[in-house]
Amino acid sequence: MIYLEIFVSFFYIGLFSLGGGYAALPLIEGQVLDVKNWLTVAEFADLLTISQMTPGPIAINAATFVGTKVAGLPGAVIATIGCVTPSFIIVLTLSYFYFKYKRLSSIQGILKGLRPAVVSLIASAGLSILLLAIFKTEGTSMLNMKLSDINFIGIIMVAISAFILRRFKPDPIKVMLGTGIAGVIIYGFL
Amino acid sequence: MGRNINFYRQLFLSTFTISAFTIGGGYVIVPLMRKKFVEELKWIDEEEMLNIVAISQSAPGPIAVNTSIMVGYKLAGIPGALITTFGTILPPLIIITIIAKFYEAFKENSIVSALLLGMRAGVAAVIIDVIIKMTKDIIKSKNNVSIAIMVIALIATVIFDINAALIIIISGAFGGFYYNFVRKAGESQ
Repeated sequence: MIYLEIFVSFFYIGLFSLGGGYAALPLIEGQVLDVKNWLTVAEFADLLTISQMTPGPIAINAATFVGTKVAGLPGAVIATIGCVTPSFIIVLTLSYFYFKYKRLSSIQGILKGLRPAVVSLIASAGLSILLLAIFKTEGTSMLNMKLSDINFIGIIMVAISAFILRRFKPDPIKVMLGTGIAGVIIYGFL
Repeated sequence: MGRNINFYRQLFLSTFTISAFTIGGGYVIVPLMRKKFVEELKWIDEEEMLNIVAISQSAPGPIAVNTSIMVGYKLAGIPGALITTFGTILPPLIIITIIAKFYEAFKENSIVSALLLGMRAGVAAVIIDVIIKMTKDIIKSKNNVSIAIMVIALIATVIFDINAALIIIISGAFGGFYYNFVRKAGESQ
C-alpha cells in the first residue's frame, strides 16, 4: 500500500527533524533516496533548488514533491499530512501545558531565560538571509564570501526596505512584493 | 474576539498569506506573525510571541508549522490549531505541486529568478527590522542577565554553529535556575 508507505516515511521525517530547516535534510535524503528509492540524486538536487526558491518548510516541500512523483496529488496530500502529524500531536501537548501553567513563577523563570536566546536565534537566521541578499555567491557562510561578489543593488534594496519598514511600518508582505518587482525590473531588464 | 465565522476566516487567511511569503527559512514566519497577530490584530502580546517561538523551536518538525499550531491553539483551541496548520501547509502544497509539473520551465525562467533575487532583499529587511525591535526591547529592559543570554546565544549560534534546540534547552534551564533560586521570581518585576 503505497499511501501508507508514504505516510509512514514522512511521519518519521516530521518526528525526528529537530532543530528545524536543514536539520531535516539528512533525514529526508535517507528516507527518500536510500530507504525507498523514490527520487534519483538529480531529482533530489532539483528538490533542494526548488525549496530554496519557494516558500514553506523544506520538509513540507519534500513531502509534496515526493508525494506527487510517487502517487500524484493524493500522494502529495498524504505525505504532507504525515509530515505534520507528529508536530501537531507534540506541539498541541506542549501548548496545553504551556497555556495551563505559564503563570507559575518557576515557568516564568524558564521563559524569561528563553526569550533573549530566541531573539539571537532569529538574528542568526536573519544574518544568513542578509548574506544571501547582498552577495552573489550561493553560500551562506561568511568564510566563502568574497568582497568582489558583493551585490550592490542588493545592499541598496535591503537598506531602502529596512528604512521604509522602520519609518512607515507597512505590511512586511508589501515590502517583499515591492523588492520582488524591483528585482524583476532591475535584474530582468536592465 | 468573537469566535464567529469571520474570526476563523481571518485566522485562516492570515496564516495562509503569511505562509505563502515565508521564503528563506522558518524564522521568517516570526516577523510576519508578529506584525499580523501582535501589532495589527493585537490577539497575542509581544512576550507571548517569543515564548511561542521558543517552544515551537524545541519541538520536532518545521518551526513555521509548529508556530502556527501554537498560535491557532492559543486563539481558538484545537479547531484553531487545525485551521492555522491547514493555512500554513496549503501554500507550499499548491506551489510545489504546480512547480513539480513545470520544473524545467521554472528553472530556466529568468524573470522568476530576478523576482526571487529581489524578494530576498525584502525578506532580509523585514527580518532586520524585527531584530532591531526585539533587541531594543531587551536592552531597554535593563536586565543584564537577559542581555548576557542574548549575547552568549548569538555567539554560540553564529560563531560556533551550536544547534538551536540545544541553545533553547540551556537558556531555559539557566533561566529556570537563576530566576527561581538565585534571584527569587517576582523580585525583578
